[in-house]
Amino acid sequence: MKQHLTGNEAFARGAWEAGVAAAFGYPGTPSTEILENLVKYPDVYCEWSPNEKVALESAAGAAIGGIRSLVTMKCVGLNVASDPMMTLSYTGIVAGMVILVADDPGQHSSQTEQDTRHYARLAKLPVLEPGSAIECRSFMIKAFEISERYRCPVIVRSTTCVSHSRFSVETAERQPRERIPFVKNPSQFVPLPLWGRTLRRKVEERMCRQAVDSSADTELNTIFRRGADLGIVSSGMVALECAEEFPEASVLKLGWAWPFPDELLRTFAASCKRIAVIEEGDPILEEHIRSLGIACHGKDVTPRCGELTPEVVASIHAALDGRPFQPPKPVDEAADLPSRPPMLCAGCPHRALFYALAQFDVIVTGDIGCYSLGVFPPLERTDLLICMGGGFTLAHGMQKAGETRPVVGIVGDSTFFHSGITGLLNLVYNKGNATLIVSDNRTTAMTGHQDHPGTGRTLMGEATLAADIEAIARACGMKRVRTVNPFDLKAMHEVLKEELTCGEPSLIISRAPCILKEKTAVKPALAINAEKCRNCKSCLKLGCPALETPDIKAKPIINAQLCTGCGMCSAVCPFKAIS
Amino acid sequence: MIQNILLCGVGGQGILLAAKVIAAAAVKSGFEVTTNEIHGMAQRGGSVTAFVRYGDTVFSPLFRAGDADVIASMEAIEALRYAHWLRPGGLAAVSRQRLIPVTVSSGKAKYPADADERLAKVFPRLEYIDCHVEAKKLGDARMANIILLGALSRGLDGIPSPVWEEAIRACVKPQFVEGNLAAFRFGRKE
Ligand code: SF4
Ligand code: SF4
Repeated sequence: MKQHLTGNEAFARGAWEAGVAAAFGYPGTPSTEILENLVKYPDVYCEWSPNEKVALESAAGAAIGGIRSLVTMKCVGLNVASDPMMTLSYTGIVAGMVILVADDPGQHSSQTEQDTRHYARLAKLPVLEPGSAIECRSFMIKAFEISERYRCPVIVRSTTCVSHSRFSVETAERQPRERIPFVKNPSQFVPLPLWGRTLRRKVEERMCRQAVDSSADTELNTIFRRGADLGIVSSGMVALECAEEFPEASVLKLGWAWPFPDELLRTFAASCKRIAVIEEGDPILEEHIRSLGIACHGKDVTPRCGELTPEVVASIHAALDGRPFQPPKPVDEAADLPSRPPMLCAGCPHRALFYALAQFDVIVTGDIGCYSLGVFPPLERTDLLICMGGGFTLAHGMQKAGETRPVVGIVGDSTFFHSGITGLLNLVYNKGNATLIVSDNRTTAMTGHQDHPGTGRTLMGEATLAADIEAIARACGMKRVRTVNPFDLKAMHEVLKEELTCGEPSLIISRAPCILKEKTAVKPALAINAEKCRNCKSCLKLGCPALETPDIKAKPIINAQLCTGCGMCSAVCPFKAIS
Repeated sequence: MIQNILLCGVGGQGILLAAKVIAAAAVKSGFEVTTNEIHGMAQRGGSVTAFVRYGDTVFSPLFRAGDADVIASMEAIEALRYAHWLRPGGLAAVSRQRLIPVTVSSGKAKYPADADERLAKVFPRLEYIDCHVEAKKLGDARMANIILLGALSRGLDGIPSPVWEEAIRACVKPQFVEGNLAAFRFGRKE
């Protein structure tokens, strides 16, 4: 049957057809929808783990326990999960295991632009790179076969464009698999140095065999055979763009991107007069091809940063032909258009928290989530941001550095469970003095509202224990823990004033549900009484998208379609003009 | 033959449904079809775009600026932002709706007062429709995207009217089919 599927839907479909019995992950754009789709199929256990390391270890346990398992994450998630992955490469697995990592060239929704192929080399694990939803399904199935052939996990690397593009995909039925009973074998599964050294050698042998097999694999590595003058080596969706942009050239599309298929690379290079390596990200393939003694174009004509869109590929084509390239530019009539930066929704509880914080002279260290948007004007209430869980730990370090202003560390509820708890524990243990805040909106909002250990619901849709942030903090030794509704501006202000000056570590839980998720919390829209409004623009300091002024002189109005009736603007209006 | 469509607007305006209907109609017409949706932080008020391609052979779901046969925008000035994606002679279908960005409300930028003139100047082939008002007249303002779909369909080859209507039936909930068909016909001027 043919279905029109996104890459992520096709990954889920492929995994299901391959008989995956357990899947784990932590939400992260562009990987999130894989588990959200997989959980809809029968006979697969799926879970959101609190972080990617937990997810990868759980998947490893499942695969060694004898069932095919999948773990999904975005590129930066692999930084968190890389520790177990390195060792798992040595121990290997019993039933097939796939580590699905979605990279984000162009940084549509990521703090860094990482090339996961580096991790594959570091961990010495094979990596497959599908370029379309059709391949997302078929490569997923192949990845499980390869995983079992070599008894090691296989990395499948997606990109934003691959995950979010739809193609017509031919699907098939599920091939159920028997569980393989676990057999005790410590020299394999307990890599003490004594055994680890043997395992280390086996990993090298495995890589050599993979390079040979990859060279011969014409299902994963395909050639668009055209002219013999220019030969292009590429992978993923970029290879498909090259096939379209260069009708005159032969294109070698590497689906099994690492270990490098040396034999195939040599024969392909020999079949063309000139070779160009067109790869998104770092020049990994290019450097290797040069190391084989093959002269090639690469990063001399290809950008290192950003997505290789069809336009960029066309510019590479022009550069290879020695032609000038002039893509159409935005029209003059668009030169002064106002930008539309992403922003906190109308009625977002994070806005209330940031507005309250803006009344104090403090340093704010933030975290990854919707509340990252608190950095933009008019709120501008985030000063430093690195990674998940970092909101707490950066604050601790800043305060130890002798910062004289109070330091406030913010994490979200999902990031609190992800990696915030250890930072809080550390702050208490090492007698820090920062003020910690969990901006708790009861969901993982930014990635589209996934459950987490605090929501009381699992990915399978079952009710479960809801972890209590307050109790966890107290158990870590935090003496001062306050819970406030941020929309109660007065109460929030009082709590902040006390906690910022108390001279002890403290935790504030700023709790109100995400308005985009909790539709029942939406109240009737407010309106501004134009007679009472004196155009002081105090309300505009909230940066609520529902508050509009078509031009700078006009009094603000409320867009009733966007307003969720949160009451913030009414609370800050000095003339009681909003109700 | 290959047809490239660029849909744009602001998060939450329903361009993804329009993309879905085009894809369904093209599949029913026997073409290879791809779509690409720019997700990310889009639902929080930013610009959103979707690419749809169909034809005899489609390799990549993306295409180059200057290659769109049709651009369709649910917001007036968003069409200007992507105007250079349209090929010479291509059709622009644009909704008159204006959504004021926060950058304007905060006084950092201006919403152009002459948006209508600019659109008329930039797009020789322009379908400029008050989609929300017209959709309301037809019974539901939320069908604005389907009116725009009807308008943009005038610029596309290879999909006959009955196939468009079949695709709409397949993509919307049964109770909304009749309303949406009326909206589509209004936009397509049938
Ligand atoms: S805060 Fe009140 S008086 Fe000031 S501009 Fe807003 S509505 Fe008008
Ligand atoms: S009540 Fe005011 S601040 Fe809240 S969503 Fe409506 S306009 Fe925005």
